[in-house]
Amino acid sequence: MHTVVLTKGVPDFREGQVSFDENGHLERGKTPTVMNPNDKFALEAALQTRVRHGGNVSLMSMGPPGYKEVLQEGMETVYADDLYLVSDREMAAADTWATAITLSAAIENMDEMPDIVFAGFKTADGETGHTGPQANWCLDMPLVTHVISLDIDEEERTLRAKRLVEGDIEEIETVEVSLPAFVVTDPEFVPSYRTAGERLTLKDLRAETQARAPDYEDYLTVWDHADINVDPDYIGLDGSPTIVSSVDPIPKAPAEREATMVDPSDTEGMTEVLEAMQSAVGGDATAAEGD
Amino acid sequence: MSEYEHYEAIVVGTGPGGAAAAATFANYGIETLVLERGVEGGSKNVSGGLIYAEESAPYTIDDLFPGFREEASERPITDYQIHNIAGDKVESYDLTKLHEHDTEWSDSVLRRKMDSWLEDRVHERARETGGGLLTGVHVNGLLREEGKIIGVTTDELDPITADVIVAADGVNSELARDAGLMDWDEPEEWFQGVKAVVDMPADVIAERFDIDEDEGVAHLFSGDLFQGVRGGGFLYTNRETLSLGTVFHLDSIVAEQAEPHELLDAMLTHPLLGQWLGDDYTELEYSAKLVPDSKKVALREPHFGRLLVVGDAAGQMQAQGPIIKGMNHAVTAGALAAEAYAEAKARSEPEKAGSHYAKKLRTEGVMQKLRPRGYEMMRGITEGETVSGVVDSVLKSSVGRFGIRAMSGQLERLYNTPSLTSMIPDTQTPYVTLPTVIGEELGTPVTGTSSVTPPSLEERIGDLTYDTDIGKPHIKLLDNSYEASGAAVSACPVSAVGFGGGCYREEVVRTNGSEERVVSLDTQPCVECGTCAVVADTDWEHPRGNKGVEFKWG
Repeated sequence: MHTVVLTKGVPDFREGQVSFDENGHLERGKTPTVMNPNDKFALEAALQTRVRHGGNVSLMSMGPPGYKEVLQEGMETVYADDLYLVSDREMAAADTWATAITLSAAIENMDEMPDIVFAGFKTADGETGHTGPQANWCLDMPLVTHVISLDIDEEERTLRAKRLVEGDIEEIETVEVSLPAFVVTDPEFVPSYRTAGERLTLKDLRAETQARAPDYEDYLTVWDHADINVDPDYIGLDGSPTIVSSVDPIPKAPAEREATMVDPSDTEGMTEVLEAMQSAVGGDATAAEGD
Repeated sequence: MSEYEHYEAIVVGTGPGGAAAAATFANYGIETLVLERGVEGGSKNVSGGLIYAEESAPYTIDDLFPGFREEASERPITDYQIHNIAGDKVESYDLTKLHEHDTEWSDSVLRRKMDSWLEDRVHERARETGGGLLTGVHVNGLLREEGKIIGVTTDELDPITADVIVAADGVNSELARDAGLMDWDEPEEWFQGVKAVVDMPADVIAERFDIDEDEGVAHLFSGDLFQGVRGGGFLYTNRETLSLGTVFHLDSIVAEQAEPHELLDAMLTHPLLGQWLGDDYTELEYSAKLVPDSKKVALREPHFGRLLVVGDAAGQMQAQGPIIKGMNHAVTAGALAAEAYAEAKARSEPEKAGSHYAKKLRTEGVMQKLRPRGYEMMRGITEGETVSGVVDSVLKSSVGRFGIRAMSGQLERLYNTPSLTSMIPDTQTPYVTLPTVIGEELGTPVTGTSSVTPPSLEERIGDLTYDTDIGKPHIKLLDNSYEASGAAVSACPVSAVGFGGGCYREEVVRTNGSEERVVSLDTQPCVECGTCAVVADTDWEHPRGNKGVEFKWG
């Protein structure tokens, strides 16, 4: 089974990593770039396929040269046999449509067409969820989104997936498609290894990918637009129909309202807190004391 | 008929017993799957901290795992002392001769480091056979077909079958219990140990214990410092830490309603230990475990069908007075179990592996060490209430005291006699009365003082690492009446009377004008020692793989 996983580098939005200026604008220079967290579920799904059916997993991204470290992160923390970075000045400032065209052209440029292409459910910075399905519009394979678990029948060349209907955790349906197929994993995706044999293979593969990761550039292929044979007019800024008219700052979250800090050893302060809590629930602080 | 996944051998647990079994299977080229419930080897394991290689043993850990002493253990123990304590008076004897009897070497160990080292080697060797080692898999029972054991069931994987199963799943072995080989009913059959690992730089250890880099010290403590509870304490030097602990007969803890952590603290704060612990006491980890008393529970036939039981799971823990040996016997038993299967299979009678293993335990002398004939013969006399009462009274009387003084020159030699230690009865006399009288009559007052303030139980629990299986408690209280389960409130090493943060708490319920004392349980701070499985009415199993407490030192 040959699988390709699409990923993107995004700002690390975790607390302590991300940096905003006083206007609430993201400071890209001060914020590290990491693999889009949702894409790890896609890579986990590819790894599960690799464990159960063999083959190889290619991890692919379109972006600036620095994204090769994002690919390394995927190789180290989950799994990859080889890495593809599609990178070119002509591709800069692409919207989801131009990105989808570029990625699908890169996939078609591979020596062997994949049996499954995996993508994560939307990126942490763009939040559109367009790129995967649009890339598949070009590739023209059956598309299954919001996948939470999957099984493959190699002989029948079919993929059976459980997916959340409308992304709702309460409603799950099972769908079956023929291969090759395009799968978008949901953040609820959980890989399943129910036999010792699978877990032993998983352990081997995890050890192998971690051993590869420091020398990830030996496994990296970098392609520009000429390598994948696309017209510069259809990619990057020139190929992007999206127009961003303006950006509105996100209002402060209500959790950031004013807070008073009280040291637990401060008896007077704590009494005030208790009284405030009592009055909030409609009780009487002095009556409670005697209980 | 069945479509189960199959391995020729399954080993449950990757402590020394499981590791020895797996390595031996691998030596015979037998496809072996090893299942460990912890996140890593040793993360569920605690031991006092000395491993022996006996001259008389057919297998030792460094035979099976070359490089063990250099890479996995702490220090060779070169000096062995016992201290008889009465108040602040102490009479110390050098037990190095007893310690060296039948000993090729003995090292202090910390189980997380030791067992995780073993885990890597076991996986590598088992992988070559087509099997391997998996962590985070909790084997919860035996798989049977038409009443016969054919494999194991787990919380994480589909059932797996095997031609032979080695249960090395520790003192609370769910497999030995499932097979009907062990019950967890009698406190008399168990010891409970609690332990503190204490931070101490190597140069400070060298100075305070007056030892070189390749030397180590073991100190044992007995006498009147433990509120009359039968047992004693130990201190072992590691490379950059100390292992300090106390081990008591569980029935005695229950009878005295003693709080195990307080007994440990009584030792830690005794002035005798001031010279070693100094004024910079830093505790890294508090832990506890049950210890089987091999004299009473070592299984004579530790097998049932395809299941062979080794180590603590089979009660193979020798604790006779100052002789405390468990891991070495687990190693021997594990290797013998695998060897027995390989030989039985070669003779085309694999079904006889179990009885062949039991025979090897006898012919290789293991069973005699675990269940010494001397103890069996003397037990009826020395453990009778009349005799032990008389012995105790005489010892405490002027006649006994005179005798102790008269024998002062020979006592150290008697303590060093292996055949005598194997006969030590489980009574007040050897653990409390004799050492106290020796301390009183012959001891000299300790000059130093202790400035150790041990952490509270709350702090100790707070410092442990847990991955709580929320909503799935692994212990269920079947009878919450104080009569049935109240003993756990004090006997549980992470609970205490009046302490609200432990596993077991005492509550008073008022209904219709009457009051009832009941026990409540919260398994969050559980250290999985199994005490409450014995002293309370519970349904006790281990947490799922990777869940529960994770010991960093062990």
